[in-house]
Amino acid sequence: MTKPDISVNIAGVKLNNPVIAASGSFGYGREYAKLFELKELGGISLKGMTLEGRNGNPPPRVAETPSGMLNCVGLQNPGIDYFLENELPFLKKQETVLISNIAGNTISDYCGLAERLSETDIDMIELNISCPNVKKGGAAFGTDCESAAGVTREVRRHCKKPLIVKLSPAAADITAIAQAVEAEGADAVSLINTLLGMRIDIKSRRPVLSNNAGGLSGAAIFPVALRMVWQTARRVKIPVIGMGGVTKWQDAIEMLLAGACAVQVGTATFGDPYAMIKIRDGIENYLIENNYESLCDIVGKVIPNPNGIL
Amino acid sequence: MTVEDCVIISKKNIAKGVFDIWVKCPQIVAEAKAGQFIDVKCDNFTLRRPISICDIDNKKGQIRLVFEIRGEGTDWLAAKNVGDCIDLLGPLGNGFFLGKTDKPAVFVGGGIGVPPLLAASKPFGANATAILGFRSACAVILKEDYEHNGASVTICTDDGTAGRHGLVTVPLEERLDAQECAVVFACGPKQMLKAVARICDKRGVMCFVSMEERMACGVGACLSCACKVKYEGEEKYFHVCKNGPVFNAKTIVW
Repeated sequence: MTKPDISVNIAGVKLNNPVIAASGSFGYGREYAKLFELKELGGISLKGMTLEGRNGNPPPRVAETPSGMLNCVGLQNPGIDYFLENELPFLKKQETVLISNIAGNTISDYCGLAERLSETDIDMIELNISCPNVKKGGAAFGTDCESAAGVTREVRRHCKKPLIVKLSPAAADITAIAQAVEAEGADAVSLINTLLGMRIDIKSRRPVLSNNAGGLSGAAIFPVALRMVWQTARRVKIPVIGMGGVTKWQDAIEMLLAGACAVQVGTATFGDPYAMIKIRDGIENYLIENNYESLCDIVGKVIPNPNGIL
Repeated sequence: MTVEDCVIISKKNIAKGVFDIWVKCPQIVAEAKAGQFIDVKCDNFTLRRPISICDIDNKKGQIRLVFEIRGEGTDWLAAKNVGDCIDLLGPLGNGFFLGKTDKPAVFVGGGIGVPPLLAASKPFGANATAILGFRSACAVILKEDYEHNGASVTICTDDGTAGRHGLVTVPLEERLDAQECAVVFACGPKQMLKAVARICDKRGVMCFVSMEERMACGVGACLSCACKVKYEGEEKYFHVCKNGPVFNAKTIVW
């Protein structure tokens, strides 16, 4: 029997498979390239980038939680100039789809990044309006429709690459945000970013994280992410990229059934650096075992209960 | 760097809550250097647990890990027995830059910071002086191991129940003032490292410290384990897992 087709097309960009490394968990790919070839991945959403380099938050920046973790890294990155000179040449050789995740304090920061990246070999741009760990920008843009639409509208004018908008689960209604950015020309949405959480050290009575609170990721948030992906996919026509706690191939299948055309995987890589490869292979085997020809046979094919009130 | 399934060859409980295991991991051993660490996968936990390499047996393809139960992950590891398999990612980080091992060197360890220095002290033989601090006599570990490698060992305890009563900094100053020393290597609580760095700086002695910070990926991708260093005239966050765990003490912003 012929192998099923696990490639996916998002806004005109072909990914060999639907498994993408999530921004912030994979750096610029160099570290994990020591363990496997990066072309094994459908794509890489690169570490969140700003115009100028940022130092990030003080340590501790991470705390483990039941089935997950909190982080408050705070967008530490060397800035776009360093990236273009020192990281992009390596990434270009990797034969995988490159997604630049961009962040800023102001709309003009986002526009500047989009404009400059449009002239490079980056394949897609992911607008990060959902980082919970910075004072300005980040989730401040992503939690109400007006500001999400505003930043998307302006960036769209400067961005010649396919534009993904990464959504925050902190919004009152994430589907409304998705519709708002779709109306302003977003080519796809990716969701969810981390949920804001907290841990306290009971000996010192101090929060574990330097920022007091931080973004919760990992298996713990998967059901929340899945629900939001399902709700959003029914409300928008643009592709939805599902993420949030995807840890094993079965999670990815659930995301696809809920309507995601691809998944991003972040925290799972820390426990098992090969998690994404195993998820990709698991998706392929699921298609083979069920005699499906391609991902189209499962994307959005969940059968909701007709009497369900949600 | 590799991911390897490793069998536990031996296991000893060497002090209260402190375990000493040898694991078979030929692929990791082929690359491992003193001062590097490995990241242990603990079932049902999101994050791996970083543990410094205590010793390396190239012939047998084994590494030695000496760890203390600090939380749920290390508790899980301590329950593993001889014959059990554990999943290790490593070797990670940069090891100690040892320099000339025919010159005298001092190794300053505090508590569970004592094991990571053992392999580094070995090539120095009798040129090594080890100043090792512990809470109490019952917490003293690896004294014989350092002596076996040829080092002259001074033990310090907080409560005076073994060796000298007090901090490692006093014998360190005495040692540096009495005899020549090319380099100091230190691992332990941050306050101890800061004090050791200051003592060395005053005397113009080169000092390397092995740092610790809460870690997630272990390989330099997630940027969690930030450590502030002076770099090209600026203060910047470097990362313990990738840029360290060993740093030149002069670069650390304490």
